[in-house]
Formats: sequence, C-alpha cells, structure tokens
Amino acid sequence: MKQEKVPDSVSDIHDSAEKHVTGRAVYIDDMAEPEGTCHAYLGLSECAHAKIISMDLSAVERADGVICVLDAGDIGGENDISPTGMDDEPIFARGRVEFFGQPLFGVVANTRDQARRAARMVRVEYEELPALLDIGQARAGGGELVTEPLTLERGDVEGAMKKSPNRLKGRMIVGGQDHFYLEGHVAFAMPGEDDDVLVHSSTQHPSEVQHMVARALGVRTSAVTVKVRRMGGGFGGKETQSNLFAVVAALAARKLNLPVKLRPDRDDDMIATGKRHDFEIEYEVGFDGKGKILAVKADLAARCGFSADLSGPVTDRALFHADNAYYYPAARLRSLPLKTNTVSNTAFRGFGGPQGVLAAERMIEEIAFSLNMDPLEVRKANFYGVEENNVTPYHQEVRDNIIHRIVDELETSSEYRERRRQIIAFNSSSPHVRRGIALTPVKFGISFTATWYNQAGALIHVYRDGSIHLNHGGCEMGQGLNTKVVRIVADEFGLEPQVIKISATATDKVPNTSATAASSGSDLNGMAALDGCRQIKARLDKFAESLGKKQGESVEYKNGMVSFGNQKIAFADFIGKAYMNRVQLSAAGFYKTPDIHWDRQKGQGRPFFYYAYGAAVSEVEIDLLSGENHVRRVDILHDVGNSLNPAIDLGQVEGGFVQGMGWLTCEELFWDQRGELKSHAPSTYKIPLASDIPETFNIELARWSRNPERTIRRSKAVGEPPLMLAASVVEALSMAVASVNDYRACPRLATPVTPERVLMAVEAMKNGGDER
Amino acid sequence: MGRQPVRRKIRFWLNDELVELEGFGPSMNVLDFLRLEKGLRGSKEGCGEGDCGACTVLVGRLVDGYLTYESVNSCIRFVASLDGCHLVTIEHLRGENGKLHPVQEQMVLHHGSQCGFCTPGIVMSLYGLWMSNPDALESDVKMALQGNLCRCTGYGPIIRAAGAVLQAGGQRFDPLLAERRKMQERLEKLADGRRVEICRGGEMEKGGDRGLAILPSDVDDLAEVLLQYPGATIVGGATDVGLWVNKQLRELEVLVFISHLGELQGFEKKGRELVLGAAASYSSVLPAIERHLPQLRELWERIGGQQVRNMGTIGGNIANGSPIGDTPPALIALGGSLVLRRGQERRSILLEDYFLAYGRQDIREGEFIESIRIPLPGGEEFFAVYKLSKRREEDISTLCGAFRVRLENNRVDEITIAFGGMAEIPKRARAAEKALKGAEWNNAGIGRGAQGLREDFVPLSDVRGSAQYRMLAAKNLLQRFYLESTGRYNGGKSRDHAEKTAAG
Repeated sequence: MKQEKVPDSVSDIHDSAEKHVTGRAVYIDDMAEPEGTCHAYLGLSECAHAKIISMDLSAVERADGVICVLDAGDIGGENDISPTGMDDEPIFARGRVEFFGQPLFGVVANTRDQARRAARMVRVEYEELPALLDIGQARAGGGELVTEPLTLERGDVEGAMKKSPNRLKGRMIVGGQDHFYLEGHVAFAMPGEDDDVLVHSSTQHPSEVQHMVARALGVRTSAVTVKVRRMGGGFGGKETQSNLFAVVAALAARKLNLPVKLRPDRDDDMIATGKRHDFEIEYEVGFDGKGKILAVKADLAARCGFSADLSGPVTDRALFHADNAYYYPAARLRSLPLKTNTVSNTAFRGFGGPQGVLAAERMIEEIAFSLNMDPLEVRKANFYGVEENNVTPYHQEVRDNIIHRIVDELETSSEYRERRRQIIAFNSSSPHVRRGIALTPVKFGISFTATWYNQAGALIHVYRDGSIHLNHGGCEMGQGLNTKVVRIVADEFGLEPQVIKISATATDKVPNTSATAASSGSDLNGMAALDGCRQIKARLDKFAESLGKKQGESVEYKNGMVSFGNQKIAFADFIGKAYMNRVQLSAAGFYKTPDIHWDRQKGQGRPFFYYAYGAAVSEVEIDLLSGENHVRRVDILHDVGNSLNPAIDLGQVEGGFVQGMGWLTCEELFWDQRGELKSHAPSTYKIPLASDIPETFNIELARWSRNPERTIRRSKAVGEPPLMLAASVVEALSMAVASVNDYRACPRLATPVTPERVLMAVEAMKNGGDER
Repeated sequence: MGRQPVRRKIRFWLNDELVELEGFGPSMNVLDFLRLEKGLRGSKEGCGEGDCGACTVLVGRLVDGYLTYESVNSCIRFVASLDGCHLVTIEHLRGENGKLHPVQEQMVLHHGSQCGFCTPGIVMSLYGLWMSNPDALESDVKMALQGNLCRCTGYGPIIRAAGAVLQAGGQRFDPLLAERRKMQERLEKLADGRRVEICRGGEMEKGGDRGLAILPSDVDDLAEVLLQYPGATIVGGATDVGLWVNKQLRELEVLVFISHLGELQGFEKKGRELVLGAAASYSSVLPAIERHLPQLRELWERIGGQQVRNMGTIGGNIANGSPIGDTPPALIALGGSLVLRRGQERRSILLEDYFLAYGRQDIREGEFIESIRIPLPGGEEFFAVYKLSKRREEDISTLCGAFRVRLENNRVDEITIAFGGMAEIPKRARAAEKALKGAEWNNAGIGRGAQGLREDFVPLSDVRGSAQYRMLAAKNLLQRFYLESTGRYNGGKSRDHAEKTAAG
C-alpha cells in the first residue's frame, strides 16, 4: 500500500493547560452570573417503582427564597427527553415513578442552597409496585426489554458446536461503572427575545440538548442555542444525561424570563444519571484440543434501567466486540437489553464494547484452564488472520489487522514468558501472597454504528489581520480535541497554534453536530476543519494568480509566510490583500466517513471504518487472607496510527487504562433492596487514586502504525480502546486466584474484582471449585 | 479571671487581603465563601464531602509560634474556623515576574491536566508538599495526592510533574515563602486571645437560635461555653460535621470550634502512656505515632487523604461514635482511655466503655473529650492493626481489626482484640479473647479464637462489604496476626514500608 506523506506528529500542550493550572479555565458554574440569576433544583423520587398518589408541594413553595416550582404542567412541549424517540423518558414523572431518584419536579429559588433545601420538603404519597432491580429479577419477572434486541450470526453454529471436540459453558458477571467526571452536570439558561433561549450545558452533545430543549419548550430548534466551551470530564456520561438539566433550566428560564442555573450536587448527580451497563453473559464455546475456537454462542444480558436511552446501540456494540480480536468460525451472539427499575444506563467510554471484550477474554481463559495452556497461546491460536479467517460475526472483513505484530512486540518487550515462569515458581513457594500475569489484546471498531452520526462540520473564519477563528462540532472534555484540531488548522496555514482562536462549541455556528463520542472527535472534526481550510485555500490559490502565481505553481504556507513563484508574503499581509480583493475568507467545512454501512435487521454490513489495536501485560499480587490486591507492573503497546499528538494520545492510553482498571477492580455500584443507590459519592464509590496505579507502568505507542484508511493524517481514534486493556488486570487476578487450586479451574471472577471478590474466590478455590 | 470582651467578627488573611467578617451563618463553608462571596472560582466543588480534593486550598496558621501551611478541603471547612489564619487559594499562586509558579509550570510541561477540573486542587496539594518537603520521594507525592481524585490522566503525568518540580527550585520567588515573615507578623497581630462569637445576621439578642459560631479563647472558656450551650455541636476538623451540613442539610444552631485551642493540640509521652490532645490532627501527631506506635503508622497514613488528615482530629474520630472510625479499634486494643471534662470536673473512662450503642456514647451534656491516653505496648507484647477497605487508601474500613497479645511460654497470658465494622460500635471481641486466653499460641488455639468471633459479631451487609466477607476476613485477620507474631507471614503490602515491627 502506498502511503502519502503525513506531517510529523507534534506534542502540543493542551490549549487550556495554563488556564487549568491557574484556575482560570472557566467551566459553566464559574461563569459570571447576570443580574437576577436564580437557581433551580430537582426533587427526586424515593421509590423504585410506584404510583404517585399525591404530591404536596406546598412546603416547597413556602420555603425560604423560593420563586416557583416547576412540574409537568409547566412543560409547554413534550414531557420527554428520550434520545432515541422512544417517548419513554419523562422530564418529570408522569404519575408513576420507575426508579429511585427519578425527577418529580423542579424548584427555583434565589440561591442554590435555598433551592436545594426546598426540594427536600416535598411530601409524596406513593403506592409501591413490585420493583425489578437487577438482571436476575428482570429475567425472572418476564424479561421485558427496553428496546429491540440484536442477533449477530455467522456460520452453522449448532453444527459446529456439536462437532467440537470440547465444549464448555459459563456465565460472567460484569459490573457497571459511574462516570465520576470531576465536574458534575450543570446547565445555565438565559432567556432571549421571542422564544429564544441560550443554554450553556455541560454536554458532549449540544445539538441533542438543543433539540430536547426545543421539544420541551414547544418551539423550533432554531430558537434554541446551546454552547459548551469545556467540560470537566464526560466519558459518555454527558452524551444524553445532560438533557435533563438543560431542559429544566431552560423551562425555568422561559417561565420566569430570568437566567436560571441548575447544578445537582454530587449525590444527586450520581443517583439521577445513568451509568455503564452491568451485564450477565452466558456463553458456550466449542474448541479443539489446541485451543482453537470452533463455535461460540453467547447471550449478553444488560441492566438497562427504566428506559431505552442508548441501551440499544450500547448492547449492539457489546455484540460487535464479543469477538474482541478472535476469529469465530461460527457464532451466534444475542443481546438482551432488559428493563429494570433503576436509573437508565447510558454511554460510557467503550459503549458496551468493554463488556463484550471481557466475554471474549473469559472464553479464552476458560479454554486455557481446561487445556492447561498458557492463555497467550490460546489467544494466538485464535487471532483474526490477515488474509483469511478475517470475517467478523457481523460479516465485516478485518482488513487492517496488526494484532500479531503488536502482541509479538509486547510479549518480547514485557518479558512475558520469563516473568510468567518466575511467577509460577514464586506462587509455588508463597503461602500467603500470590501473583498473576496476563496479556490481553484489544481490537476496537471505530465509527458510530448509527451510520448517520458519522458526519461533522467546522467553521473557519480568517480575519483581515490574519488571525483565525476556529469552531467545530466536537466538544472539549479534556481529551485534547481542540488542541489536535488547532494543530491541523495551524499547519494548513503555516501558522503557530497560538494564532488560532478556539471558541466554544455552539449550535449556531455548526449545526446538526453529532455527539463527541465513539472516539470519533478528531477523526470527524479534524477532517471537517481540514475541509474548511482547503476551501479557503482554494480561493486564496485563485487570488494568488492575480498576484502573479503561474499555473502549476503551488502556494506554500509556512512559518507565517505565504510563498508562490518567487514571491514571499507575510500571511497577514496576504490575507489583508485578499480581503481588499473581496475574497471570501470564511468557510464551513464538512466531512462524512466514507464506505460504511450497516443493516441491523440482517446483522450484516461494514459498521466500522477501521479498527484500533492494542495489547497490555499486567502483573498483580493478591493476599490470600484478605483479598487485598494491587497491580505491580503494566506494559502497554497501543496503536493510534500516525499520532496527531503523541503526548495527548499517551495521556488517553494511560488515563483510559487506569479508568478501566478502576471499573474492573475497586469501583463498585451498590443498590439496596429498595433500589436506592448507596454508592453515590466518592466516600462510597471508589475510583483509583495516585497510589493505586501500577508500580511500574510502561506505555508505548506503536509508532510504526499508519491507518490504511484515509483518516486525518492516517491517525486512529484513541478515546475508548485503551480502556479495554485493563481486561489484563482481571485475568492476572484470575491467575493469582487459580494458583490456590494449582491452576486447575477458572475462578470465573465477577467484576469489579474487589478484595471481597478475591477472598471469596480464593475460598471457593480452596474448596476445589469455582464461585458458582 | 478578667475576661476580655468578646469579639464579634473573625479576621483572616485571604491571599493578600485582610478579611473581616461578621454576622454570617455559622455553617458557611470556605468554598462557598470563595466562589459565591469573593468570586474566586479557581477552587472547584467536586463532591462537597472532602473526598475529591478539587476544592483544595492551603491554610496557614501559627503552630507553636511558627507559621505552618497545610492543604485542606475548603468544601467542608467552616469559614469561622479561619480566624487568625492565612487562606491561600489557587489564585494566589504565581512564579517570578508574573510567570507560572514552578508547580504550575511542570504540570503544564508534563501534560498533567486533561479536563482541568481537578487541576487547581492538585496544584494546591503539590504546592503544599513542595513547600513542606522539598526532598519528597515518589511515595510522598502519592501520599500528598491521596485526597485528590483525577478521572482523566491516570495520575502518571501528575506524579512526573511533581518529581520535576521538586528539582526545579524556585523557592526564592515563592510568595508564601518570601513573605513568610510578614505574614507571620500579620497573624500574630490577629491573635488577641479573645473569645469570638458570630451570630447569623449579627443579632445576639435571640441567643443563637439563628445560628451561632463560638471560638472559645481557651479550654477553660470552652468548658464554660459548653455549660452555657449544652446542645452545641463541637467542631474539630469538621471532616464529619461538614458532611452533616453539606449532605444532610442539617441546621446546626450553635457550633463551637476547638481546633485553634493550643491546649487541645499536640501529644506528650508520660511514662508508659502517649497522651494526645483531643483536637490534635492526624498529621500533627504522626511524629509521635512513628516514634512510639510504629505499628499504627500504616493505618495512620491510610486515614482519609492528606487534607482530611490535616483537618481531622483524633477526638472527633472518637466522639461521634462511628462504628467504622479508623482509630477506635486500635486504641481500644491498646487499652486507651478518654479524659472527659465538664466545667471543671474531669473523669476518665476506658475508650471501649465510651461506645454504648449505635449513635449513643457515654458523654453528658456540656461534656467534651479533653485528651486521649494510650498505654504503649510493652516489649513483651505483640500488637498489630489491619484495616481492610475496597480501595487501599482514602477509604473507610470495611472492617478493621486490632490485636494485642502477651505470651508466656507460648501460651496466651493476655489478649485484647477489637474490631470496627463488625458491629454497630467499635467493639472488643470478648468471646474470642476468652477462647484464646491461656490457650497455646498455635493454629489450633487460633481456630478456637476464630470460633469465638462468630459469637462476638453478627456483621451487616452494606455498600462496603457483605456480612459473609466481613466474618471470613475477621477470622483471617486473626490468623494473620498469629502468623505475623510468629514471623511466618509473607504477605502485607510489598510497597512502601509495610514491615510490621513487634514492639521491643
């Protein structure tokens, strides 16, 4: 394959870094409030499933500083914020509550403190109904689904299974995860003239917020503007979950004709917004004596909560990744998006993919234990081929497979084999402490499976003085998207990045944007910005002819200078001249991902433009008496194609891994029997600390990799894939636990693998079996 | 005693500005004050409970006449407690000639921020470390960051930035270090030894029913105040009371602050006892722990985060009777006692007798804990404490077991076992102790002790762990204690300083 020359990767510092460290970066709650700003707060249900017999708001209305309450009657448009048009997600409960923490009403007061206190003064009379809180209860209660399930099928599964010399069945429990963005949800709505409203929303999806606000207000989309300069983290938790807060703030602002801010406290944020789906995965795998998989059947059941939200595409993506990097000659994978009386689960970095990946890795591990093989050998026996054995269960051909090289290089650089030998020796003579090591790969499909989402816009203005204003449809939540897009624009015009002014993502600048999600931010918006630059440059090219540029000569933009023929002009002067000659210096760029298509009914197509790859080796240690554990060392080799910014990409890999490690080890969501979330603040929900990260942590990018597809500078997406590298921690823990029983059985650890889970699994292993 | 008149306002330095405040609500927290009253919005609210550190600021105060700065969580710190202090926020940080401070600069150069929301708090924590410990090791950096959550970076770049800044120098230009003398003098001027009373709205006639904050002038004054307002809430480090206000929205009418009282601070070794002031912070007594009770050091360093250890007090950890407080199991196992004072009366009770039932302690109206007395284990005794939590640091115990044994001819002469997290109060394991007393110190004996634990405790299942796990782990901790005491345990945390030293 011929590769075009791509610009060198530059590790620009995050465009807001200086503002971050000085406290001058403005988040929505930091914005100066206009005169008259008031504060809204939500009243939440205290039942998981009930009819509302009565709701007495009189004490709320009488409370100090209260200006008004908002209920369903104040909604001029639709009382619904379902992002997928299912009409199953009321803004305020309609006579019935379906989860503990569901919004019932809003209250507006002079101060946030007053609104927060007033919201607790409601008296609600409920008639409790039976609540189905988890996957087991949902199944036992009839298995109602929130959305249409999906089946992926390829080959003669039953036949292949029957013919398999070995078969095994198992069940894996995968826990959920709270996003724990450090900045909680916040919305700040300002009424304008006519029906207009401007909403500053901490959202990854301004266009959807715009649409939802318009729908709730009963006005046209054009009356609503949504802006976001930056978020204090998103991770998927602000893809659809921002809608609620933005809509209520906007309703209040329109009702009172005053600016209204709504910021839930951390507890309410965690109680009232969705999380990563927990799954129960039942699998059956047929394989030969060398560990080669012949057939796979798996049902992936997810706790979706009371409404569909994004559970359809999330559970779809779980199926898309239940192969991870492995070729299944025959497979049938089914999703089961179950309705439960819990908060509606939502997008979270990986979007169902990580749960699918865990299922694949569990099957590999099971095979290894049953054949007494090193799991790495089983992995290698099953990797997708390059020319053959390269069709996925959704019938997409894997054409860019580099997993073999990644794994080979990592196996060597991490000294996996030698260390595994040493660990087995260590374990045989260590009575109270055991170690484990595992190498797991990742292959992650890049593109929204909702094909129409794979489009983006950008707006570039070049001003007379040569300064540039950049706007694009992506949102900055820490991932460095703006820094990457600025570099692209700066290089196009041969300027320093500091010359490019980044502005808040705004629906009135770039319309109909897609969520900044699915790792797609720089792929889509980088390309759209490039398109905008090229449009302007095409006009400038033509203009240069009027200055003497000859046909066939090109215009070069470098170091702030523009040159063609033997002329060299400062960029600002060149632009000044272009303006005087009435050249249009603004452009709306656009991009859509080519070549992708997906037929959900058939379960066939090419949903992904390309795949990103990576692998990790983790080594852990557990204490057999307490279950305490920690990660001793991690080595990662990850593929980002030709990096747009190696420092930022390494940051995504490192941070993504640690976030994945948290999901799989210490972050445990806990609902009580009434369906009340009891892990609703950092005191009860534990994300990793600085002291939890691997003691030795070696991360490399596969610098040789180039995306064979025509992506921006042949780079690859980086946001989500590294999270799944943390599967290696679970498997390493599994090996350490299995040592108790001389590696004879797979411990079938459920995640998160807390000290409790380790200790209970050790205990089960001592009794010779597994935790079942 | 000729009492000086009561002062009706608090006075403190906020960065470069002298602030005088009166008539404010006693439970106003520092973060709201900064963000809402002063428009200083660099400090962020991430959790409102002192767990995430996004609101971290430094508070400088005179300790034994010397100006000391410590990182604290501004979200749970009450403004009233700042009287006589220097409050330093992210806005105050600067380098030479208006450039970035070295801490900020290294954070930028090492890509230490992504979303940036936790960053001001992290910068402040690293700044606190940089000022107080220029020779910090990586383990010190991690400890300084225990109270700061970052969800983006995975911490690596932050730790690398911290490593670089410790070598970067720049102390000469640091505003706090360069102006330490000046600030010390300013604070000395503020220390007038007067009682401070702040009433919401400024009116005293109503006797505090609108909210009253009192900073007694000394411990005798405290004793008087508590007789006058027997229902008052005593505020030590506010790491618990701050949550009552922020989370439960409790309206507290009278708050009595004690952390500024020098007589309740510090520690003293008296004979075979270590005496800790009730309002001494965890950080402030760490040197005594390291020296006299090294077996507690690991536990100590796992209490809260650095900010919480700088604020939280031993007395506070005990007073509110939490079943999962970090210090009571160890202090009970050591035979610790409390000196309680009411007016001029003092009485001493064993710590284990203080906890009566859930939410009920042996303390009378108007009484307060003055000091904690801890008998030090003798050379012939073996003592250890083990805390188990979902996350190793900055977490609340799922359970915590403390064990002290004295052997004679390999038989148990005396044994004390106490657990937190196993019952509604921190509690002795009497049945286990009974089973072990006089028994041979071997596996069989330990097995009988473990059976005793089944009689002692019927633990609960909750967010931190199941009853089944708690019971199994409790038995295993006894086993571990036995193994360690006989030098046969090869576990424990391999990183840092995990070695358990048998006293003597």
